[in-house]
Amino acid sequence: MEPYRLLDPEGRLTGDLPDGLDADRLAGMMRLMLLGRRLDEKAIALQRRGKLGTYAPLSGQEAASVGSSFAMDTDVDRLVPQYREQLAMLHWGLPLGTYLLQRYGHPKGARLPEHGRLYPQQVALAAHAPHAVGLAWGMRLRGEPGAVICHFGDGASSEGDAHEAMNLAGVTDAPVIFVIQNNGWAISVPIASQTRGVIARRAEGVGIAGRRVDGNDVLAMYAATAEARRRAVEGGGATLIEAVTYRLGAHTTADDPTKYVDAAELEDARTRDPLVRFRTWMTAEGLWDDEREQAAIAWVDERIEEAVVEFDAAGPADPAAMFEHVFADEPPRLARQRAEYEAARELGS
Amino acid sequence: MTTQSMIEAIRATLEDEMARDERVMVLGEDVGTQGGVFRATEGLKQRFGADRVVDTPVAEAGIIGASIGLATAGMVPVAELQFLGFAHQAFHQIGFQLGRFRYRTLGAFPLQVTIRAPYGGAVHAPELHSDAFEAMLANAPGLKIVAPSTAADARGLLTAAIRDPDPVIYLEPLRGYRLVRDDVPDGDHLTPIGAVRIARPGTDVTVLAWSFQVVNALEAAELAAEEGIDVEVVDIRSLVPLDEAGIAASVTRTGRCVVVEEAPRTAGFGAELVATVQELCFLDLEAPIVRLSGWDTPYPMPLLERDYVPDTARILDAVRRTAAY
Repeated sequence: MEPYRLLDPEGRLTGDLPDGLDADRLAGMMRLMLLGRRLDEKAIALQRRGKLGTYAPLSGQEAASVGSSFAMDTDVDRLVPQYREQLAMLHWGLPLGTYLLQRYGHPKGARLPEHGRLYPQQVALAAHAPHAVGLAWGMRLRGEPGAVICHFGDGASSEGDAHEAMNLAGVTDAPVIFVIQNNGWAISVPIASQTRGVIARRAEGVGIAGRRVDGNDVLAMYAATAEARRRAVEGGGATLIEAVTYRLGAHTTADDPTKYVDAAELEDARTRDPLVRFRTWMTAEGLWDDEREQAAIAWVDERIEEAVVEFDAAGPADPAAMFEHVFADEPPRLARQRAEYEAARELGS
Repeated sequence: MTTQSMIEAIRATLEDEMARDERVMVLGEDVGTQGGVFRATEGLKQRFGADRVVDTPVAEAGIIGASIGLATAGMVPVAELQFLGFAHQAFHQIGFQLGRFRYRTLGAFPLQVTIRAPYGGAVHAPELHSDAFEAMLANAPGLKIVAPSTAADARGLLTAAIRDPDPVIYLEPLRGYRLVRDDVPDGDHLTPIGAVRIARPGTDVTVLAWSFQVVNALEAAELAAEEGIDVEVVDIRSLVPLDEAGIAASVTRTGRCVVVEEAPRTAGFGAELVATVQELCFLDLEAPIVRLSGWDTPYPMPLLERDYVPDTARILDAVRRTAAY
């Protein structure tokens, strides 16, 4: 099943430029993709210095995240993300400093934007997929505008929750878009061991729309997601988009892919780098040049520096946070444990 | 007051809550056209329509996971698990998504979700339909767990559960569905979640029980009374939050305690009650606390289940031993 593509690997446009993408938005996509690549470098460096916990790099998947995110309307649509969707989360207004605090393990890192359209990142694979369906279904029942987008990976696509969610999306006509980032690897297990089928074809089995897209082509990702969104808000139901991409980095900072990724395969994947492809086209169109690249990198570095300052200013984690937000009202038994904890803490200090 | 069976009380409560609040919806397997395998949702689809009474695909994780999303969209889902034994296929959604959403979002996404599930043994049901595994749920923070033993509490606790801002697991005794009948207050009747009920006052021995074991305990108490032992039966009815003060008050009065549950002994919820009683009532205890439970075996074949689930005879024996210690 040949993936849908608008930019060929040499960066030539092979179809029509999708509607809704002017020079500013294209530059915005380029900047967010650059931010992703740069964030990986900075976050890995911070992790190595002991300033960050486990970090899941996204390098190689910038186009799939950014293209699908830009096709949504963040004023009404909701994002239900998995953990490698830093860029989508930032696009929905998560402050970068908050994101870093979360990776650090600081309770303040759990704070989500006030607007309520960004859901917490999911760590249990595909467990958020039924949430996205319920949310979209509820929005339909409540007559609320917009749609829901839910990302997860090829590994998570093997989970029962992924199937249950897609099937339920079909029977409830839920305005939800599943973006499955098929990056070739679930930690060390290659896609060939994950499934013998084509992920996008599962859509047919549950009666929703399905499309296989070149996930390294940001314009194709944008166009496919925009089409899926249109269908969703017009009452046409759910869509599964399989973004065929490649994980250029490790699964996380705790992982060493040199043990299982063939060097030649990785080298080959680098020739399909989504950033290079988009930059080549943007440059040929006169929408990008060295000056703009340097300005974008300066902007990216500034944002990351600001985030690191916010991160450093967060102060120590307040242990009282451990007991907050378990229930609306703290039950007496938990209050007693809180008192026990506080007494134990006095002993220690 | 209206005399109702537990199942009638549950059905009427669902109907009243759906009529009161248009956000309340029911979803689960066979809850719509059929009205549920036990008729707990009979007539609701006809009255409220297919958007609010939903026959879902057979997919428990999907039902609970979707309920989480529905709640964040402003609906008030009441999900039915056909049997608690099927909750295993949704356990990650119940214990580790539903119970944690408020916490992991610092209160931004509270979940007003109720899960109804029939459970409990001695009804000759097929495998995996009878197991009592409250303790697994209680070990997952963020969930409230209630288990009524009367029709009045079936109404009061279900009303409270549906209106509670946090997720509530509402356990229904299979054996008591039609067997238990009592007077149910009319109109708005809420039973506070987190408070025990003194099912029978007494002075000599406290029996702690919940769900159908309260019925057995009351029977045993009447038999014990003929022998001159005055038993106080405390209906726990809310496992989480636990009314420690209510439990301690009773055991402090009687000085003797029997804990009854249907789950396997090891790490059953009864162990939590024993630990709580010894912590809060140590100097008032006149005898070791006695535990009754299922055995540390898988739930047996139906022809053997009467030898597995605690019954009136075992409770009476435990009461006698405790009183004589």
